[in-house]
Amino acid sequence: MELPLELIWNSLPIILEGALRTLEITLIAISLGFILGLFAGLARLSKKRVVRLLATCYIDFLRGTPLLVQIFMVYFGLPQLLGSFQTFMMDTFHIAQIWESTHINPFVAAIISTSLNSGAYIAEIFRAGVQSIERGQMEAARSLGMTHVQAMRFVILPQAFKRIIPPLGNEFIAMLKDTSLLSVIGFEEMARKGQLIIAQTYKPFHIWLTVAFIYLIMTFAISRLVDYMERRLKAGDDRR
Amino acid sequence: MIVVKNLHKYFDKLEVLRGIDCHVSEQEVVVVIGPSGSGKSTFLRCLNLLEEPTSGEIFIEGTSITAKETNINILRQEMGMVFQRFNLFPHKTALENITLAPVQVKRLSRSEANEIGHSLLAKVGLRDKADVYPDQLSGGQLQRVAIARALAMKPKVMLFDEPTSALDPEMVGEVLAVMKNLAREGMTMVVVTHEMGFAREVGDRVLFMDEGKIVEEGTPEQIFGNPRNERTRSFLSKIL
Ligand SMILES: Nc1ncnc2c1ncn2[C@@H]1O[C@H](COP(=O)(O)OP(=O)(O)O)[C@@H](O)[C@H]1O
Ligand SMILES: [Mg+2]
Repeated sequence: MELPLELIWNSLPIILEGALRTLEITLIAISLGFILGLFAGLARLSKKRVVRLLATCYIDFLRGTPLLVQIFMVYFGLPQLLGSFQTFMMDTFHIAQIWESTHINPFVAAIISTSLNSGAYIAEIFRAGVQSIERGQMEAARSLGMTHVQAMRFVILPQAFKRIIPPLGNEFIAMLKDTSLLSVIGFEEMARKGQLIIAQTYKPFHIWLTVAFIYLIMTFAISRLVDYMERRLKAGDDRR
Repeated sequence: MIVVKNLHKYFDKLEVLRGIDCHVSEQEVVVVIGPSGSGKSTFLRCLNLLEEPTSGEIFIEGTSITAKETNINILRQEMGMVFQRFNLFPHKTALENITLAPVQVKRLSRSEANEIGHSLLAKVGLRDKADVYPDQLSGGQLQRVAIARALAMKPKVMLFDEPTSALDPEMVGEVLAVMKNLAREGMTMVVVTHEMGFAREVGDRVLFMDEGKIVEEGTPEQIFGNPRNERTRSFLSKIL
């Protein structure tokens, strides 16, 4: 079989445009997920049972259900919920319409669903990282009169952060691949771009192969980058 | 200075402290000895509330620390603690280890804190190690930095939990020398240690603990020279 190089070449700009969006949504998901994960991970270790329970519910629900279903819940489910809420408010309190339309645009739905999802995974990464720090570190910090929050901030988290870089890298790669699921709500990341090109060119094999190859380049580059960061931190430790 | 009344501590069903009564006067050096598992560490850790007493009362300068209103973070600033395993912060230099709490807890300016830090490093004989990270220090040096770190909060009492047990024999002396100096300067100290030389030289009183109780107490001469209790005698015969 001959490779239709010209077709691939011509599709490349559109696919790469999709690749950029893939990268963009992944970066957003991981960044917001990082913040969410930090708080959820710490909440999971809280002494207060209610806090722990809430965090556990969030983490287990998002890790225990498919991202695809979560995307659907946000994109299709949330508008319905907002609509019902609006109707309820209008009927009960006789207020004006709150939203013109409860439709959520795919980009917003993509951000919400992927961030919530990665937040749950990153929470577990943070929890494990914090738990891997010797108990004596917290005790030493507390014995000096630091509050729990100060001890976390200045003693525990800086050490934990170094240790969680590899699993964070893995989460980044996993999320980068999983964002392809966003194609189902019409968010135009790389897989969606691939579908759109195929609809016009009827060359699924070549286009999907190209798309796959670009995913591979991206994940490979990221895993190299993470290795490099890990080595540099190790080297930093050795120097000391 | 410190008064302990009928202190009990349970870990779940296990009764580790079975009614401790004792007092420590200002400028006194009290040495606690006893077999492994007898509750020495737990007793010490109750004094700065790293462990929460199950029942009983502890007064520091007349203030009950077990009362609900007591601010434990302020209490802990007055009670310096030195751990068997040093527990220095590995991501901070020797100087930063010492200055972290004064800056964050006492809100000293960095230059004030550095000044204190440098003078404490000089005091423990580590003037030239200010910018060195813990993994470049020997055990004896680590423990001396840890002592300096505790002193930086200007505590009224220093608690030592087997400060030389994790050290190679040739490094024990340098740590004990620092502790002897402290004792001579009039620091109130509670020291869990089996260094009999130290107990004899600077100890004002020795407490012998066994199975969660203070079984015998007296001057070092009495306890080491002429122990009355059978268990004290058999313990001393094993370690001397
Ligand atoms: N956090 C804990 N949880 C459960 N048991 C503990 C804990 N800390 C200490 N113990 C138990 O309490 C007893 C006394 O321990 P410890 O105070 O460390 O004795 P010592 O310092 O004299 O060796 C031991 O049996 C130990 O296993
Ligand atoms: Mg002990």
